[in-house]
Order: sequence, then structure tokens, then C-alpha cells
Amino acid sequence: MSNYAIGLVIVMYLAMLFVLAYFAEKNPRGKWTNNPYVYTLSLAVYCTAWTYYGSVGIASRSGISFLAIYLGPVIALPLWIVIMRKVIRISKQHKISSIADFISMRYGNNRSLGALVTITCLMAVIPYISLQLKAVSETFSLMSSENSYVSSGFLDDSTFYIALLIAVFVAFYGTLSTDTSQHKKGIIATVAFESILKLVFFLVIGVYVTYVLFDGTTDLYQKASNFVNFDQLTQLGGLENGFNWLFTICLSFFAIFLLPRQFHVAVVENDNERYLKKAIWLFPLYLLLFNVFVIFIAWAGNIGLPNGVNHDYYSLLLPLKEGNTALALMVFIGGFTAVISMIVVATLALSTMVSNNVVIPYGFIKTLVEGNPEENTKRIKNLRRVAIFMLIIIAYFFYVTFSAQLSLYSIGLISFVMISQLAPSFFLGLTWRRGTAKGAEIGILVGLAIVFYTLLLPIISQVVMPNVKFVEEGLFGYSWLRPAQLFGLDYLTPESNAFLWSMAANTLSFVTFSLRTKGNYRERNYAEMFVNHENYENLQEGAFIWKGEAYVADIKRLLSRFLGEDRTNRALRLFNRKYNIAETEEKADARLINFSEKLLTGSIGGASAKILLSSVSKETPISLVEVLNILEENKETKANNKLLIEKSEQLSAMAHQLKDANEELRLQDKMKDEFLDTVAHELKTPVTSIKAASEVLVDEDMPTELRKQFLENINRDTDRLDTLIRNILDLEKLSNDRTELDIRIHNINKTIKKAIKGVEQIAAKKEVKIKFKGSEKVEIPYDEDRILQVLTNLLSNSLKFTEPRNGTIKIDLEDQGSAFAVVVEDNGRGIPQEDQGFIFEKFYQSKNQNIKKPQGSGLGLAICKKIIEGHKGKIWVDKTFDKGARLVFTLPKNDEEKNIDSG
Amino acid sequence: MDDEPNIVMSLEYAFKKKDFGVFIARDGTEALDIAERERPNIILLDIMMPQMDGYETLKLIRENKELVDTKVVFLSAKSKEKDIEKGMQMGADGYMTKPFSIKKVISDVEEMIK
Repeated sequence: MSNYAIGLVIVMYLAMLFVLAYFAEKNPRGKWTNNPYVYTLSLAVYCTAWTYYGSVGIASRSGISFLAIYLGPVIALPLWIVIMRKVIRISKQHKISSIADFISMRYGNNRSLGALVTITCLMAVIPYISLQLKAVSETFSLMSSENSYVSSGFLDDSTFYIALLIAVFVAFYGTLSTDTSQHKKGIIATVAFESILKLVFFLVIGVYVTYVLFDGTTDLYQKASNFVNFDQLTQLGGLENGFNWLFTICLSFFAIFLLPRQFHVAVVENDNERYLKKAIWLFPLYLLLFNVFVIFIAWAGNIGLPNGVNHDYYSLLLPLKEGNTALALMVFIGGFTAVISMIVVATLALSTMVSNNVVIPYGFIKTLVEGNPEENTKRIKNLRRVAIFMLIIIAYFFYVTFSAQLSLYSIGLISFVMISQLAPSFFLGLTWRRGTAKGAEIGILVGLAIVFYTLLLPIISQVVMPNVKFVEEGLFGYSWLRPAQLFGLDYLTPESNAFLWSMAANTLSFVTFSLRTKGNYRERNYAEMFVNHENYENLQEGAFIWKGEAYVADIKRLLSRFLGEDRTNRALRLFNRKYNIAETEEKADARLINFSEKLLTGSIGGASAKILLSSVSKETPISLVEVLNILEENKETKANNKLLIEKSEQLSAMAHQLKDANEELRLQDKMKDEFLDTVAHELKTPVTSIKAASEVLVDEDMPTELRKQFLENINRDTDRLDTLIRNILDLEKLSNDRTELDIRIHNINKTIKKAIKGVEQIAAKKEVKIKFKGSEKVEIPYDEDRILQVLTNLLSNSLKFTEPRNGTIKIDLEDQGSAFAVVVEDNGRGIPQEDQGFIFEKFYQSKNQNIKKPQGSGLGLAICKKIIEGHKGKIWVDKTFDKGARLVFTLPKNDEEKNIDSG
Repeated sequence: MDDEPNIVMSLEYAFKKKDFGVFIARDGTEALDIAERERPNIILLDIMMPQMDGYETLKLIRENKELVDTKVVFLSAKSKEKDIEKGMQMGADGYMTKPFSIKKVISDVEEMIK
């Protein structure tokens, strides 16, 4: 392909990324950009050109050791989720926007430590970015058909322009907001998209090589096994090689936490802690898929490509050799996506660190304090943009100068070894509260010095002064000081050697100097907040200890310089509401200082925020003991408050219960009143009747016939009174459970027949038929008198409501398994639907209180219900029956077996 | 008017004895019917009746312009203060609680229609 065609493809691809980022920024809350899958895919920024090309190179030369770099993250992930959850929580609370901010904040917002971490990251990552540029440049020239073309300087080197285009992209989408802790949806969306592209493209070329160029994996294995060094390529090697494996795994384990770009995507851009749960299995799966075909492409390249080509680019060279330019272009684009996402996130993270941890706290801050909000925003953004361009340009020149000496794989490893120097202060800082800033600084410096001596010096000396012999002979001629074989360990790779000694010295220095220095109160304060994060999380601003004098007005003025008037007022209003502070309060307290620090941290970094706030306040130093005491106090107050809240909740729950109980009592009282009322009314009617009749009977002129009639009336009303009184007493007895039921085994058939016999006469008079076919002997336990009472009541009701001559009453017995059901059904006028639910209530009267029931005492069914319930049975109206009334009651077969006397 | 036949029977006997014209209604609707036709001087009304209660009946009687001169007396087992008050507020001319003395009922009625 011509250079212009490739260039066009690249420009088109970048334009597409711009559009994608634009849409993601436009809709920052959309579900396409806010989900655990995008989060996991953004983590895959771990897979760079190093993975895409370098792994194949390693696999072709030294076998499966490339896997170690991916095993680290896979092994780390279960632990990663635990640590990350803590790191994410801390970072969100303190508005941390980079690994440098995180480490410096842990050690009391230490300015110099933040700068040191930034410099370490720069040293580690700039070569890494160069490595990406190297890959772009080399694959570009492989794709290009104009082989005779030789670039004569950076101005006509296409890589330079590609680098600049990437810088424009980062500068545009990475600096939309000055607050660096704000999420950059556009960039993350493109990174996630590119993660899909690079994986899919790599899988496609893997399948192409394995199944199209060759006849599957077995074929490849057989052909590859003819090589002389095949055994070496497929085996793990001995114990010594095992150490190399171990160290490489450790290296990548640290890198997944500490690489600025990993910290950025995993922590700063994390929307939701729960995403971690998806990432824990999805990310290893991604890495696994990425590595499936590496070994096969490597073998295929060894078999099919001539010696002397660059092993790293087998995946590109294989399709090119077959003349499949389209496929080669796809591989090229895949590698390009891996490059872009790495450079984008890495420069974004680094530029934040450079501006917030180096430039602003060292010098630039004075200019900012004097500026107005608009100016400051512009300045901070420009500062970051300049940083982004500088970083990429420096990386470009690093590539031009050093790349000839290094393979992709070794630059990557050097970068990992450097970044690992942050491990002691990061991991121990999270768990060991005694770690101090001094310990961290010395540890990192010592570690870097050793990396420089063992790893970088040999490389630099090769370029700068190729004649100096100390690399082979050791410093001052001592062979145990040979950089790559320090202390005579000659079986380690240079990177493992450097890693082992630098980490050992780093950790030792960190621990030793932390124990020897005490750290000031601020350091201990933050150490507590980080190490025991769970305990202080709820305290929020209350976990920050500060004593001194500061005025709200000063702080407000300071904040508005960076956030603008509106945002400052809004933030302070929220703050006052959160802590119940009056708007008129003039003096600032520790909480406000901490709150303001956090607000500023996002824009200018923690160290600068601290410096700025101390410029508007007079801080009184406090002793370490005091810090710990106050912290403990605040924690207790919080705990006490929590306890109080719990207690008051309990109380209100109890009050609620009491209210309910009271309500229940009142209801019962009311029901009792109503009951008495109704009883009185029911009694009054026959009494009135009797009284009236006896009054008129006084009249002696009354005809005998009429006199007899009145006397009969009196008699009937007296009976009615009597029944009523008996029923009331009966019901009361049943309600109070005073009546012990006399439960024995009886034949229900016999009892039903007895009941029928009792009403036979009335039925005969009314010419109503009563049908019952009971033949089988059904023996169940019950109180016969009571059940007889129930049956009689039901039968009387049926008789009352059926028409003379046409009426039929039917009694059925049904076996329901655990109980027997007795069904009494008639073809009378039925029970109105609205009354069906209430007929078992005492003195039930239809809705209108003033309308009297047709007949009866109004207690019969209520008594029936009590009796059946006493037998642990049920009684109800069958609502489905519409040809009259059908009432059903059940009697359990095994009711209280213990109480039964057989007899 | 009352739905308790025994009470009605006694009242009917006693009033007829005193030469009153007596009409008996079983419920509110029947009572209204008879009242419109016969224009009685006085109606004795029970409150608790099937279908239409005493209050409702009284309301309809009061709405009927032709029955302006008709007096209405409640006979009821509802004997609480508030029940009596309610009955009087609805426009009854008298309220007698059960159990009542027939003699008293007759003398009160005679008093009212004098």
C-alpha cells in the first residue's frame, strides 16, 4: 500500500474516534457508557502494542514465558477486587485523580512525595509510550510498499504526525473540565471500543494463521516440533527459570495496580463499585482470549517466515507474505488501536500528575492565586494541554534515540520494574499506618537508583559510551557488582535481577526509615484515614483533624478563584446543610478546611490544595497523641449518635406498637359498647311488647278470643326473651373459652339424623323436604351437644328462608382428607352477596344500622362459628352456590387426640 | 306504625278503644302511602324498620306539603340522649322510648292534637 493510503486510513480511524468520543461526552449518563462491560473493557488498556505484537516475538524466541505478564493480573484479580474497593472508596472520598495524588495524600498530602511519584511514573511510562510509537512506525513501514523510502528527520516521519494527532485527541477530550476527578466518558468510550477491536482483530488473524495457513493446531505442532529448539519453546525450564517466572508474575501483579493508566481507568473513572464484580471474571477472560493464538502465530512465523525478520511482527508479516493486504491492514489497525488507547490514557494520567503534583505545587500556584476563575480555568487547562504535547514529543524523541537497541518486550519490562518501585509505599501504605513520607521517598529513590544501575546503565552505556567495560566487568572491577548479575546471581534475566534487588532495597529502606522517623500529625491523620478506611468513612470530613484559625470569607474567596462564584456558593451551602452550620458562621472549622481541600484537590491536586488553604489560615500544630484522641472522640460521637438514632427508632417502634394496641383496645371497647347497645335494644323489643299487651289486658271488655291472642303474644315474647338471654350467655361463655368442649368420638351420621329429627315437625308443617343420605359409619371426635346445636341452627335458618311446599334442604358429608365437611344447602332465597362476609358476626345488621334484621336473635350463627372454631374447624358460606344458601363447616379428623376418651 | 306485630296489636286495641281512627303500616313506604291517602292527625313512627327507616320516612313526610299539619312521634328502643336529639332535630314532634306505657302514649297524643 502507498504511504498516503495508509495515512488516509489512519486519519479516518482517528476521525471516527473523535466522533465516538463526542457522542459519549454528549450523553454522559447513557447506559452505553455506564456499565460494567465498558469498565472491564477499559481495563483492557493493559493490552498494548506490547501484547499485540511483542508477545508473539517472545513466544517465537523463548516460548511460553510471555504468559507470565498475563498470569500476574489473572492471579491478582481476586486480591485486586479487595484492594481496589478500598482504593476506589478512598479516592472518591478525597477526590483523588492519580496514583501520585493517592500516594502523596496517604502520607499527609506531601508535596515532594507527590512529585517523586510523578517523576517515577514519567520515567516508567515515557519509554513505554515510545514503545508504542516504535510499533506504529515499524508496522507502518512494513505495510508500506515504498520500501526504498528513508526518513531523513522527524519532520517527514509519519510517526511524528501520528503522535501529534493523538496528542490533539487527548488534549481535546482530556481537558474538558478542570476538575480531574471528573469522569471522561468520551475517552473511556473510545478505549473500550478499541479494546473490542484489538481483541477481535487479533483473534481473526489467529484463526487465519492457524486454520487457513495451516491445518489446525495439531498440524502446526507437528511442523513446529521439527525445530531444534522446540523443547525449549514449550517447557517452563528449570528452577532458575522458575524464579524468572515468579518475578515476572510479581511485576505484572504490581503493574496492574500501579501503572498510571491502570489506576486511571480502574479507580478515577470508576462509576460504580459493583462493576468490580463483573470485572473480576471478565477481565481474566479477556486476557485469556488474547493469548489463545499467540503461541500458534509464533510457531507459524518460525515455520513460514525467513530468518532475520522481526519476530514481533509475525502476525503482520504472515498475511503480507500470502499477499492478503486487506487482512494485514486489519492487523495493522488492530495494533494501532492498542497503541492509541495506551497513549491516550497514559498521557492523560501523566499530564494530570505533571500539572497537579509538580508544576502547580512548585511555583505555578502563585500565579493561580492572583488570577480570576476564568483565567485560572484557562491556565490549568492550557498547562495540561502543554503537558500532553510535551509528553508525547519527549516520548517520540526517546523512541528516535533508543529504540534501535530495544525490543518491545524489554522496554515494557523496564517500565514495569520502574513502576514497581511505588509498590511498597502503595501496598504497605494501605495496611501499615506507621509508614511515613520519608520512608516512602527514600524507598522509592533507593529502588530507582538500583534500577538505574542494574537495568538502565547497561542500555545507556551501549548508546552513549560503547567502550566502557564496567557492565561486563563490574564496577571498579568487582565482578559481584556487575549490574545485570548483582551479587553473583547469574541465572536471572536482567529485568528479574533488577526487580529482585530494587524491590528488596526499596522495601527495606521504606520500613527502616518509617520506623526511625515519626511523621507529623498530618501524616498520621491521613494514615489513619487510609489504613482504617472503614472506620472513618462515615466520619467524612470529621476524620480530618485541624486546629487553628481561619475565616469562612477567606476560604470562600479562595475557592471561588478556582471553582467560580456559583459553584463555590453551591458547595458551601451543601456543606452547611450537611453539618447543620449556620450560614452566618464566620470561623471555619476542621471540616470546612478538609471539605475545601477536597474541592480544590480535583482541580489542582492535593498538595497544592493544602498549600493554598494554609495560606488563608493560621494552623496551630497539634501533637500526634492529640490527633489520635480527637479521631477516637469523633468516632465515638459518631457511634453514640448512631446508638441514639437506633434507640430512638426502637422507641418510636414501641410507641407505634402501643398505639396499635391502644387502637385495638379502643376498637374492642367500642365493639363491646355496640354489643351492649344491641343487646339492650333486642331485649327492649319483647319487653315493650309484653308491657303493652299486659296494659291492654287490663280492659275487662276485651273479647275472650282477643284476650287469648294477647296472652299468647306475651307467652311468645317471653320465650323470645328467654332464648335471647340464653344465647347471649352462651356466646359470652364461648368467647371467653370458659366452656370446655366435651369432645368424644361420635358417628357424625347419627348426630345429623338427630338434628333432622329435632326440626322434623316444623319442616312437616311447612312441607319442606330434608334430604340426607348418610350410610357409611364416619367416626370423628367432637362435642355432640354443641355440633347438634350448630346443625339445628343451620337447619332452622334454612327452614325459615325456604318457601313452603317447594322447599328442599339437603345435607351432605364430604371427606376432605384431614377433615370432614358438613354441607347444609337449601333452595330458599339465599344470602345477599353484601351480607355473606358478615353473617357470622353477632347481631349483624346490614349496612344501615337502623334497619332491622328479619327474624331471629342475631346470635345463632355467631355461636355456630364459635363452636366450630372451638373444634379447630371452619365455617363459611359457599359463595359459588346461587340457587339458595349453602353453608359449610368442617371438623378435623384428629382433633386433640389426647383428650379423647374412647366411648 | 311498627314492624313488631305484637306491639302494634296492643297499640291498635288501646287507641281504637279511645275512638281513634287507626291505620297500620308495616314499613316506611306503606306508612307514607297511608298518610297521603288518609291525612292522619298524628303518626307514631318506629325508627328501626325494614327497607326504609324512621328518619327517612319522617323526612319524606316533612317534604310533603299536604302533610304539614300532621304530627309525628317517634317510638323507639334507641334511648340515648343523642338519639332523641337527632329525632327531634329531624323534625319530630315527640319521642317516646321503649318500653313505653300505652296510657302515657295515649295521653301525650291526646295532648298534641287538642
